[in-house]
Amino acid sequence: MKLDHTLPLEYRSEENSNRIFGFWLFLGAEIVLFSTLFAVYLTLWNRTGSGPSGHEIFEIGPVMIETFVLLTSSFTIGLFINSMRQGLKKPAMVFFFITLLLGAVFLGVEIMEFVTYVNEGATLQRSAFLSSLFVLLGTHGAHVTLGLLWGIGLMIQIGREGFTLDTANKSFIFSLYWHFLDVVWIFIFSFVYLKGLM
Amino acid sequence: MKWDEFFVTGEPMIYGAMVSIVVASLAILIGLTYFKKWGYLWREWLTTVDHKRIGIMYIISALLMLFRGGVDALLMRAQLAMPENGLLDGQHYNEIFTTHGVIMILFMAMPFIIGLMNVVVPLQIGARDVAFPRLNAVSFWLFFAGAMLFNISFVIGGSPDAGWTAYFPLASLEFSPTVGNNYYSIAIQIAGIGTLMTGVNFIATILKMRAKGMTLMKMPMFTWSVLITCVIILFAFPVLTVALALMMFDRLFGSQFFTMANGGMDMLWANLFWVWGHPEVYIVILPAFGIYSEIISTFSRKNLYGYKSMVWSMVVISLLSFLVWAHHFYTMGHGVMVNGVFSVTTMAIAIPTGVKIFNWLFTMQKGRIEFTTPMLYSLAFIPIFTIGGVTGVMLAMASADYQYHNTMFLVAHFHYVLIPGTVFAVIAGFYYWFPKLFGFRLDERQGKRAFWWIIISFNVTFFPLFFLGLKGMTRRMYTYSESTGFGPLNLLASIGSVGLAIGFILLVYNIYWSFRYAPRDTTGDPWNARTLEWSTHSPVPEYNFAIEPTVKGLDPFWESKKGGHQLYEGKIEEIHMPNNSGQPFILGIIFFFFGFFMVFSWWVPAIIAGIGVVVMLAVRSFERDHGRHIPVKEILETEARLGGEQA
Repeated sequence: MKLDHTLPLEYRSEENSNRIFGFWLFLGAEIVLFSTLFAVYLTLWNRTGSGPSGHEIFEIGPVMIETFVLLTSSFTIGLFINSMRQGLKKPAMVFFFITLLLGAVFLGVEIMEFVTYVNEGATLQRSAFLSSLFVLLGTHGAHVTLGLLWGIGLMIQIGREGFTLDTANKSFIFSLYWHFLDVVWIFIFSFVYLKGLM
Repeated sequence: MKWDEFFVTGEPMIYGAMVSIVVASLAILIGLTYFKKWGYLWREWLTTVDHKRIGIMYIISALLMLFRGGVDALLMRAQLAMPENGLLDGQHYNEIFTTHGVIMILFMAMPFIIGLMNVVVPLQIGARDVAFPRLNAVSFWLFFAGAMLFNISFVIGGSPDAGWTAYFPLASLEFSPTVGNNYYSIAIQIAGIGTLMTGVNFIATILKMRAKGMTLMKMPMFTWSVLITCVIILFAFPVLTVALALMMFDRLFGSQFFTMANGGMDMLWANLFWVWGHPEVYIVILPAFGIYSEIISTFSRKNLYGYKSMVWSMVVISLLSFLVWAHHFYTMGHGVMVNGVFSVTTMAIAIPTGVKIFNWLFTMQKGRIEFTTPMLYSLAFIPIFTIGGVTGVMLAMASADYQYHNTMFLVAHFHYVLIPGTVFAVIAGFYYWFPKLFGFRLDERQGKRAFWWIIISFNVTFFPLFFLGLKGMTRRMYTYSESTGFGPLNLLASIGSVGLAIGFILLVYNIYWSFRYAPRDTTGDPWNARTLEWSTHSPVPEYNFAIEPTVKGLDPFWESKKGGHQLYEGKIEEIHMPNNSGQPFILGIIFFFFGFFMVFSWWVPAIIAGIGVVVMLAVRSFERDHGRHIPVKEILETEARLGGEQA
């Protein structure tokens, strides 16, 4: 295998560099996916039928917690990649663990938020606005869930093998994915919650 | 879901189909066991990650689907052959035109094109495989799982019946209570994910794995068309993913996206569908343009006229393809301004398309044209496609469109675009690249006979529909009274469709006959062609090129044949290749069952299958497979066996 040692580990083989490029392309498709969901939401957001509006159900508290933990996790995943580049396995594992923990907290708060909505009678079936809200937030939440499963698997692999061409490559791609989810959340925060609360 | 509704009953033709499915499946199982081919099938095909074999599997699936969609078409034409015909009732007619549309576009045209992409693109750019061979196999098996799931609907549970566009509110649970449209939303979703992965894979392949010296503007035109197509796939298919997911939520979980009450908006579906649907049209047409460019240039013995304008016209088409979707429903209530804007963008597409037509004509000018079967299809394409294009501009005029919207005129128009555009192209491409895959040409005399049957019958079938449409016959009507006067032209169209069927039978016979009797081609370059794929052996060895080629300009093989530079410099080294894997196939099966359980809302099995998918992802993540190396000795032996002048 031809390796270019001037590059960081995750880019070093041709296969690795192709994978990162391919994942960027995939993120392009993900941007279109979420853009479409946002378009659907912004089309339907004031079509509340007989159900409640966003103004009536949104609460700023849980949303601020979700935003805070997810943004922080984006920072810690950055620290994870930084440690990886320096070849420091132990701090990297710690930062990775904190990232996943913050992701789990985010998910827990989001689930509690959903439960509250449902208890208030704001269900998926109630109105077009609520359908689009649940599907937009749910798609993001499903991505976070998948990210948690992926991250746990990856931590086990790093624990076993340390940083190799394989694990470094996977870690870097995971970090791209995680940052992307953060960016999507910023749009959700702005166009769903802030817009709804105003 | 009641159990007595599980199988579709009460219709002799469907009983016949059930019996034939069972008989055919048994015959395949018994045949494989008797000839001891299970191991061969598993090792060489089901687990393969070789782009050429995956391409062949795509093409075989596409031919099967062509048969299925063709039978649907013949049933429709038989029903419409005379007034007040009772062959099919309204419900069955609805199901048949729905499945005909979906199958022909998504499970015939798409896989045929993706099959040719798989076969040709890595060879044209001098690569040994695609960027992600394993993902490529996953793409295929997801497509196959989706296609099979869609096809079983007509015996289990009932076919979708709301048209291939599945407009709401008709496709909602309220008005289409059977599971048919569940199949639509889930089967297409599974296949669509596979297509999206193909898009990612081929963009990465083309941008990262080209031969040394092949800059973007030195790529063969087919590769260019595939690159642009894949960019469209990447940006259009996620919209379909969302649209189908919302449809599924509406039908399975009672959400209110497209409903009539509680704030739902049925037009949202039409918009989302066509935001994907119109680019989809270009996804199936642009690679066809690429195929024609290769063939016309090869058989005119000239380089392609206006290479740069060819590339730029495709780029412009790909951008415009995202800006025209509302022309599919001018009459559905948006204002004058919206209709005006979309009229203009739609007509603008005729400009880059016209550029391409003239480029092909200028390529042929003063060329030494050779009338081979692929060239005949390309020549027939130009005038017939132009008829389709001109009627398209007629339909693009919003105010005039009110006269013939949703009539047979429209049906005639899109068949005049899609059949010469896509179907003739994939047939031409199939004839053209067939010798590269199998080492012999399809018989030319038989090929030309099938060509004339197809070309003449196509026009007999579809030209009358223009007039029927202008006389007021709407599309999707399952019968008509004699007083309408639609009878004679419909009969003519039906006779034409029989001719088309004969043409396709002749084509299949041509393949069969050539497999048995056609003389072998030992040169690897039977057409005296121009691009890199013809510079290696036929059939292509698994590693494609013993030495990676170096390219200096356009049409590198042609230039090197004319005494230009050496394509293969250096000596043979061991070659790194990916290993086969059964995982993509297994993943496809799990997706099939996941989809099936979802269609019938059987939640527990569906959740188990869903977990199965996650487990497969985890297995892949923990796997360490770095492929294998083919030793130099083995390469030298293979090269010598294939007559290797390169070795």
